[in-house]
Amino acid sequence: MADQRAASFTKRSIKTSMKAQGLRLALSMVDLTTLEGKDSPQKVAALCQKAIKPYENDASLSLPVPHVAALCVYPSMVASARPLLDGTGVQLASVATGFPSGQYPLAVRLRDCQQAIDDGADEIDMVISRGAFLSGRYDEVGEEILRVSELCRSCSKHLKVILETGELETYDNVRKASDLAIQAMHESGLTDEPGAGFIKTSTGKVSPAATMGVTLVMLEAIRDHHRKTGQLVGMKPAGGIRTAKQSLHFLIMVLETLGTADGQCPWLSPHLFRFGASSLANDLLRQIVKRETGVYTADYDFSEA
Amino acid sequence: MVSAALLHEYAGFNMTDRLAITKTHKLFIGGSFPRTESGRSLKIVDNSEQVVAHLCRASRKDLRNAVEVAAKAQPGWQKATAYLRGQILYRMAEMMEGKRAELAETISSVTEHGQAEAEVAASIDRLVAFAGWADKHQQVLGCANPVSGPYHNFTFPEPIGVIAAISGDTWPLLELVSLIAPVICTGNAVVALASQSNPIPACIFAEVCATSDVPGGVVNILTGFRDELIEHIAMHRQIGGVLGSAELSSDERTALRLGSAENLKRVAFVSPGEDTGDWLNAELCHSPAWLEPAVEFKTIWHPSAS
Repeated sequence: MADQRAASFTKRSIKTSMKAQGLRLALSMVDLTTLEGKDSPQKVAALCQKAIKPYENDASLSLPVPHVAALCVYPSMVASARPLLDGTGVQLASVATGFPSGQYPLAVRLRDCQQAIDDGADEIDMVISRGAFLSGRYDEVGEEILRVSELCRSCSKHLKVILETGELETYDNVRKASDLAIQAMHESGLTDEPGAGFIKTSTGKVSPAATMGVTLVMLEAIRDHHRKTGQLVGMKPAGGIRTAKQSLHFLIMVLETLGTADGQCPWLSPHLFRFGASSLANDLLRQIVKRETGVYTADYDFSEA
Repeated sequence: MVSAALLHEYAGFNMTDRLAITKTHKLFIGGSFPRTESGRSLKIVDNSEQVVAHLCRASRKDLRNAVEVAAKAQPGWQKATAYLRGQILYRMAEMMEGKRAELAETISSVTEHGQAEAEVAASIDRLVAFAGWADKHQQVLGCANPVSGPYHNFTFPEPIGVIAAISGDTWPLLELVSLIAPVICTGNAVVALASQSNPIPACIFAEVCATSDVPGGVVNILTGFRDELIEHIAMHRQIGGVLGSAELSSDERTALRLGSAENLKRVAFVSPGEDTGDWLNAELCHSPAWLEPAVEFKTIWHPSAS
């Protein structure tokens, strides 16, 4: 059912000015990500530039392209990225709590999170213990999310809870994990601030990652929490979203799942919706440039990201 | 065991005249045969204005898709050994040999130059000739430059990347093959636009490519209107060079040159000579000069021992 409904969002026709708007909106929602063992401060510095000014030649366009929402890096890169992003409006997100497996003692994971915050991260992307979740130890998972939420709240930082849906096997589990994460963030008081708490599909290290089906299930959990409490929890699909067309499909899904009858949807904003991606930004730029100049671009027209 | 009585009973349903199964010609992009995304078609008529076929009328988005896959396939093709590229070109000639009759028939049904068989034979020979050049052109086009100093200085040809090849209409098969063979011989990927008046032989040639171990995306063939596609070929920044038949009209050539100035594409309009019959001339058409528009020369310095 979820798959069928999710597939229906890919059938909408988005053209002309609506497409132009959608592409720019999607770009402003990108969490530009590098999570590799070979990352270096130099690579992160280059990516900071890309995050702040995604397209060097944007003077040739009708209006400059927006900066991306955030840069997402490993904790060891936070300190070097911090000064480069100050005052730019680009948030600095750090994965933490033993990313990507979460297979570390809770004390170590909390310490990891604290360090990232001390080094200057604005947002923490935590992972849950999927092993504990799948063996039914839900309380343990809820507890760890609560502890990290409290830490983030006390430091006024935002939190994204990565469910790693590719390892959760069923949509029922995805929904259960979503509810668990939202509930824990709610208990800590983190979600009192709109957009301070997010749920996120994947680490990007496991396939399948952000499919439309799991994203829909998670959006429904967010919708139900909103109806119950009025709180705005954010959503971040991450991994496997590479093309501009895919990103527009996701935006349609957000609008049709969380929007009101009059077409209003607070989630269509980088404060409440993000794309975790690395190559998506350049595909969005390609489409934006093609739309405005009429010229098909080459891959080497854009800096790597 | 089928009952004889039942067979007899149903015998009346058998059609005595077999219906002709005509081939649906489609585009050739990334090693498969998709229809145009635009859903439009192109009417092909013979000299007596009889419609002989409906073909895909490629759109700029088909062009975009073809360039996309060509750009992905090209690095691997360039990295393949020159020997392998030669083997594959020769394989194309072999496969084409088996399609001689079909190719000649599709040429003569629309293009009435009366030399269909000669055109097919020359096309096959061209593939064989450039199969040979694949691992030999570097030695002919490249050189060790004379320098005075403790270093060597070499110049050698490298592929450009993605090249667009645009066929004329006189020889619907031969011109296309003459443009494509040198381009892929040197390690480029090609997006070819078939003859507008008779693109059918080009569609058969696509089947040759599909069955000759040519990696998907290295050869892509579009059928459609030149005046619709030329502008986008010229402007597309991922296309590194344009190789057109010298038969193209002066308007078409101007459009290609103007658009190509944008990203400094190499543009060349080629023909073996003044006379259209020259396309059949092996001596003129098997020359390594045909390879030059498909390569970029790189010069490097290398320290020597002394």
